[in-house]
Amino acid sequence: MVFLPFFNYRFRKMKCFSRYLSYIFRPATSILSCSCHTEADIISTVEFNHTGELLATGDKGGRVVIFQREQESKNQPHRRGEYNVYSTFQSHEPEFDYLKSLEIEEKINKIRWLPQQNAAYFLLSTNDKTVKLWKVSERDKRPEGYNLKDEDGRLRDPSMITTLRVPVLRPMDLMVEATPRRVFANAHTYHINSISVNSDYETYMSADDLRINLWNFEITNQSFNIVDIKPANMEELTEVITAAEFHPHHCNTFVYSSSKGTIRLCDMRTSALCDRHAKFFEEPEDPSNRSFFSEIISSISDVKFSHSGRYIMTRDYLTVKVWDLNMENRPIETYQVHDYLRSKLCSLYENDCIFDKFECVWNGSDSVIMTGSYNNFFRMFDRNTKRDVTLEASRENSKPRAILKPRKVCVGGKRRKDEISVDSLDFSKKILHTAWHPSENIIAVAATNNLYIFQDKVN
Amino acid sequence: MPVETHEERGETASLLGEKQPLRCSLLCEAVAPDFHQVWNLMETRSWEPLPLSDATLRSHDSWTCSPLVPEYRLWDPVHMFLTPVVPHWPFYNLDTMFVRGLKRKCFDGEEDIEGTLAGIKAIPSYNLQRQSLLDMSLVKLQLCHMLVEPNLCRSVLIANTVRQIQEEMTQDGTWQMINTQSTGQASVDRLVSTDILCRSSREQAEGKHVPGYSTFSKDFEGDQAQDSSETMSTASSVQAPRNLPSNVWEMENPQENKGNFQKSLDQIFETLENKTPNSVEDLFSEVDNSYYDLDTMLTGMMSNTKMGHCDGLESFSSPTTTTSSSNCKSDLNELDHIVEILVES
Repeated sequence: MVFLPFFNYRFRKMKCFSRYLSYIFRPATSILSCSCHTEADIISTVEFNHTGELLATGDKGGRVVIFQREQESKNQPHRRGEYNVYSTFQSHEPEFDYLKSLEIEEKINKIRWLPQQNAAYFLLSTNDKTVKLWKVSERDKRPEGYNLKDEDGRLRDPSMITTLRVPVLRPMDLMVEATPRRVFANAHTYHINSISVNSDYETYMSADDLRINLWNFEITNQSFNIVDIKPANMEELTEVITAAEFHPHHCNTFVYSSSKGTIRLCDMRTSALCDRHAKFFEEPEDPSNRSFFSEIISSISDVKFSHSGRYIMTRDYLTVKVWDLNMENRPIETYQVHDYLRSKLCSLYENDCIFDKFECVWNGSDSVIMTGSYNNFFRMFDRNTKRDVTLEASRENSKPRAILKPRKVCVGGKRRKDEISVDSLDFSKKILHTAWHPSENIIAVAATNNLYIFQDKVN
Repeated sequence: MPVETHEERGETASLLGEKQPLRCSLLCEAVAPDFHQVWNLMETRSWEPLPLSDATLRSHDSWTCSPLVPEYRLWDPVHMFLTPVVPHWPFYNLDTMFVRGLKRKCFDGEEDIEGTLAGIKAIPSYNLQRQSLLDMSLVKLQLCHMLVEPNLCRSVLIANTVRQIQEEMTQDGTWQMINTQSTGQASVDRLVSTDILCRSSREQAEGKHVPGYSTFSKDFEGDQAQDSSETMSTASSVQAPRNLPSNVWEMENPQENKGNFQKSLDQIFETLENKTPNSVEDLFSEVDNSYYDLDTMLTGMMSNTKMGHCDGLESFSSPTTTTSSSNCKSDLNELDHIVEILVES
């Protein structure tokens, strides 16, 4: 009896949170994390493949780790497929550019999966300068019964062989091997920030700060330059390319975003060099919000087409914007990610946090968008109901099957219990990379060197 | 030169004590030379003679009168180059100068901190804040990671911010670059123009319209022919979409010479584009083939560090050796690191 009124009180309190919830997430498994906390273990990219069966992560040490979803078992129906490590390989090595006396970081900037066409999986991974096509294949059978060598591999003396036999394939422990099939190098003077596979599955593009190149998967020693915004005089440089992506259905269309907050849509059919855009998306600046940091916070850090191909989503420092491809003069939706930081821009500029490049993702049905923030917070916005939620990816809150509690940042005045004040935010814990399963409500969130995988609650 | 305190100006005193207002006002008045000092660091990279000459330094009272100035910024060119730049930049001191709550107050004009405490605190002037932001930006541009190529996007954004501040300062008229000859001869005209500069900056700060602009620009034009570096035309040479109709200087001095500031930015971008083996050097100076050899560069540096105060000033006039020394000193550690790597590899 004592509990009942207490329960009612808490429930009421919970209510105000639940109003904002479209999804209640809980972790499917324990956190998958690297054991050591060196800088090389910082996750730098996360990507689901086209079916969602595989999840690839790249880190600062040049490694790629692929997780595979377990087949759902009938014995434990409530455990809907957890992710386990499938393959690990060293994709890129640190290099030294002797001509410039500079290191080339092995950090994996982006991973993009190719759609599966046979039993093997293919993915593109890139660091600052080189793109590599990796083939990940399984081997679960091996041939036994060779004539010229015995089981250990030692060569047999031919004179000792009296009979011939046909080698047979026998099952063995599953082995996953990753082999580099193509290396696309030496095409970028500046740091590659994006790669995008074309919908024709024959070409892909790689974008650096000033140029975008179009590659054919089969040809590694040549690439077409399709966008070049390098000024003749480098002194006049004021704008760089920050992200680029192909249209999901139209193989001739792609977009690229700039550091000035503009998005250009280009059609490769118009000319070989797509310096003239077909569409130009820019929102006029709000004069009341103008400050010295206006340009920096308007710089777009990520651009993503919706699965439908009708919309693009852009992430700048404080907001996420959804644009309709048919309307260039302003976005159709703007979501404030962490507007409480607007008054802290000076400090964030000082500690360089203002240059953090956050990514954004769509869910499978394009109804919810997600992006990261500081203090290991990440935000989800439901485009239909206009509700949003802030969740935290932390070890304390992530016992398996524990429901994630929505978090709230209080901006000033009284701080309610469970709220966190702006000054207490930890700016070193930032969630830059997230990924959403293509068809289910499973999300992967990279928080420094930890990878959190959450599934939505089964009702 | 009488130094005004904040009380005299009608501003409230800072909580940190009586001396605080004194510091504030000195810093405000020292805007011109301090700002100028920053450009020195930039300019040395471009092999251009520094506009500051010994004579000009001495002529500016506010630079010499206060023992407090070195605490904020080591305006002494030699010291500035000898000591690491970062800890001495004023914005670090500004953090302590402003009481804690003020730290969050930035130029975007958001509401003040909670509590009545805010009312008592000394609010830094807009010019001061802009100045500190400019310095911070320049430091960020200067300090690049020597091992890995600097992030071009970040550099471009910071450079654009610097340009924006510079444009605004040019519009306000607080942008002052003292014309000096490469020979370092300080003509009477120049001294006069310096005074007018300071006067006009003070008047600007007080919000008065400066009628002396036209006279100033005439003085300027007189020196134009002898001048190699021109700052005023920086505004015009900057690719800015905004008009600067109020900028008399721009009209008077068309695209004759490139501004120091623009050149410095240019250097940064050129460097980012064309990295040479000694990227430290290139960031600060035009490409000099002799510096491709790390050994000669280091030995060149070492010999330059032995220069004394006056030598340092004089050396600004000679473009060849100065740039390396001044900039190298601030990056000695990074160079050592590079040498280590090269030796090991």
